[in-house]
Amino acid sequence: MPLPHHPKLAVFKFASCDGCQLTLLDCEDDLLAVTTRLEIADFREASSWVLSGPYDLALVEGSVTTPSDLERVAEIRAQSKFLVTIGACATAGGIQALRNFGDVDEFRRAVYAHPEYIRTLATSTPIRDHVPVDFELRGCPIDKGQLIEVISAYLGGRAPNVATESVCIECKRRGQVCVVVAHGTPCLGPVTQTGCGAICPGFHRGCYGCFGPQDTPNTVSMVRKLSELGMDPPAITRIFRTFNAMAPAFRAAGDAAEKEAVP
Amino acid sequence: MTERTIAVDYLARVEGEGALHVRIHDRTVEEVELRIFEPPRFFEAFLRGRNYTEAPDITARICGICPVAYQMSSCHALERALGMHVGGTLRDLRRLLYCGEWIESHALHIYLLHAPDFLGYPDAIRLAKDHPDAVKRGLALKKTGNAIMRVLGGREIHPINVRVGGFYRCPAREELEALRVDVEAALVLAEETVRFVAGFPFPAVEEDYEFVALRHSEEYPLNEGRIESSAGLSIDPAEFDGAFEEVHVPHSNALHSVRKGAGSYLVGPMARYALNHDRLTPRAARVAREVGLEPVVRNPFRSVLVRAVETVFACEEALRLMDRYRMPEPAWVEPPPFDHPTHGAAATEAPRGLLYHAYDLDAHGAIRSARIVAPTSQNQKRIEDDVRHLVERSLDLETPALTSACERAIRNHDPCISCATHFLDLDLVRE
Repeated sequence: MPLPHHPKLAVFKFASCDGCQLTLLDCEDDLLAVTTRLEIADFREASSWVLSGPYDLALVEGSVTTPSDLERVAEIRAQSKFLVTIGACATAGGIQALRNFGDVDEFRRAVYAHPEYIRTLATSTPIRDHVPVDFELRGCPIDKGQLIEVISAYLGGRAPNVATESVCIECKRRGQVCVVVAHGTPCLGPVTQTGCGAICPGFHRGCYGCFGPQDTPNTVSMVRKLSELGMDPPAITRIFRTFNAMAPAFRAAGDAAEKEAVP
Repeated sequence: MTERTIAVDYLARVEGEGALHVRIHDRTVEEVELRIFEPPRFFEAFLRGRNYTEAPDITARICGICPVAYQMSSCHALERALGMHVGGTLRDLRRLLYCGEWIESHALHIYLLHAPDFLGYPDAIRLAKDHPDAVKRGLALKKTGNAIMRVLGGREIHPINVRVGGFYRCPAREELEALRVDVEAALVLAEETVRFVAGFPFPAVEEDYEFVALRHSEEYPLNEGRIESSAGLSIDPAEFDGAFEEVHVPHSNALHSVRKGAGSYLVGPMARYALNHDRLTPRAARVAREVGLEPVVRNPFRSVLVRAVETVFACEEALRLMDRYRMPEPAWVEPPPFDHPTHGAAATEAPRGLLYHAYDLDAHGAIRSARIVAPTSQNQKRIEDDVRHLVERSLDLETPALTSACERAIRNHDPCISCATHFLDLDLVRE
């Protein structure tokens, strides 16, 4: 299908830190170029100029956490021809999905003096649990280069070239020393999707999984390795239950480690 | 009796989602409510049970605009709990990382969010069509702030290199040296920014603020200092709870802060500058004098000028810290073993103002409770006061003009609603 002459871009937000939409503004060298190819139709963080839908390309940040989000996500889907979710909140429920393992009413009482003022759902869920999504871009936060790739691919009418292999592959390609082999540092690199540039091992620390599971993660073997490296079951549960806790492979690994912890 | 209603769905060019509700009855402003609808994310609740070492990475996710501030406040609070002090080059590196965030965040606000208000554009992209050099200057400055964060932190949003006790890896001297040309250029761009924004048309307004900021014995404050106020308060950050309290109001998902016995107060660039202008670096002080910036700025519209002067400071300070850098060994201070429950609190200066963190730890290092007070929740009540005064002064304005004036009054304080929790839609009711 040919693209419109000047496709309309919209950026929407649900529960999130704003970091993934900020990534677009952080594309300092490409921002003005992008705006010559796309018309910014609705991007509240950057503009008070708002055009009504439908939109050609929608970037959606954040997770669904309130009753009104449920209606809004359906409206956004109806207005958007190509909908891309950006970041761990939108693709896996984000850090706020830790409520899914607890009691949200108790959370509400713990943080607010008047919990009755706060309207929230019991869970934080990714956008695709509610509406069909055309492409998911991972990361907490997303990577600038991958965001530009997704936009360029859209403009070029092709599929985005975004790798789904493990962080290890990128780490090797960069010629970095393996922190597990050399230092015995626990690292989620083998089960985590690449995209960040393998920065944690590059800074001598283990990967903590902010891009979520790679396409063929062997988490059973990973849990065993983490245990050999000295992590106890509660620590293993916590490392999988951080920024992508509800991504299915990480969720299963965290649950399995939790069962070990509670005999 | 007149009755008019204005509804703007969503305040643009702020970080996060909020609404403003103003009700005017005859010629009396009955109600001003800055409504924060940003859905709650319950950080303080799910931090419980996490190991203290996880707090810097987790709290960074409160805000994508100022993650370093969260990492710094959490590290300092936890280090106080553990009875450790991080000094010397590691302290310098933290300051340098914070300078990167200030440059990035201030450039973002000045050029992409705030300048369009003064020059009459809906956004920086349309501003760039008529003022390409200005917008390119802003993007270049912002890029350099991000570059500092990338070299020191691994990436600009949610850096991965910060830990309690210091860093995972300290950069080699050459890595910092490679930034020098860009930071030197950024210093000049920041000075040009001060001159550029000094030419904006500023409405003549004065507000009577109580300013609250850190004050340090030698430096313009970033990581450390006493909490002081223009009304004479001077406390250690550990005494925060004795001096301030948070009130939960029905219209907001953020908690309002007030100074006990005194009411609303302001944190952020205007407060820091009012209490610390004598600690500015030489070129920042010189350019402030050159454009006639008064030592205490009470006109909220001129906050953009203070932010620009602080950007000069951050570039100059970054260069000073890079100059004296020698790679430290090791990259972090090992926390002492501990076997008893402990408590620690600290405050640092986020780009938008004072950010307070407090933690209770159990004898195994697990977090038992966490408390985080963000700059925007502290400013929320004071922003409502600004809007109230603006509406009282401007009752004769037509409704659309008054609405946009209200939005501007809010943007003056660069609110970060994702920090405070978020959503701004403007709803002005005239009865």
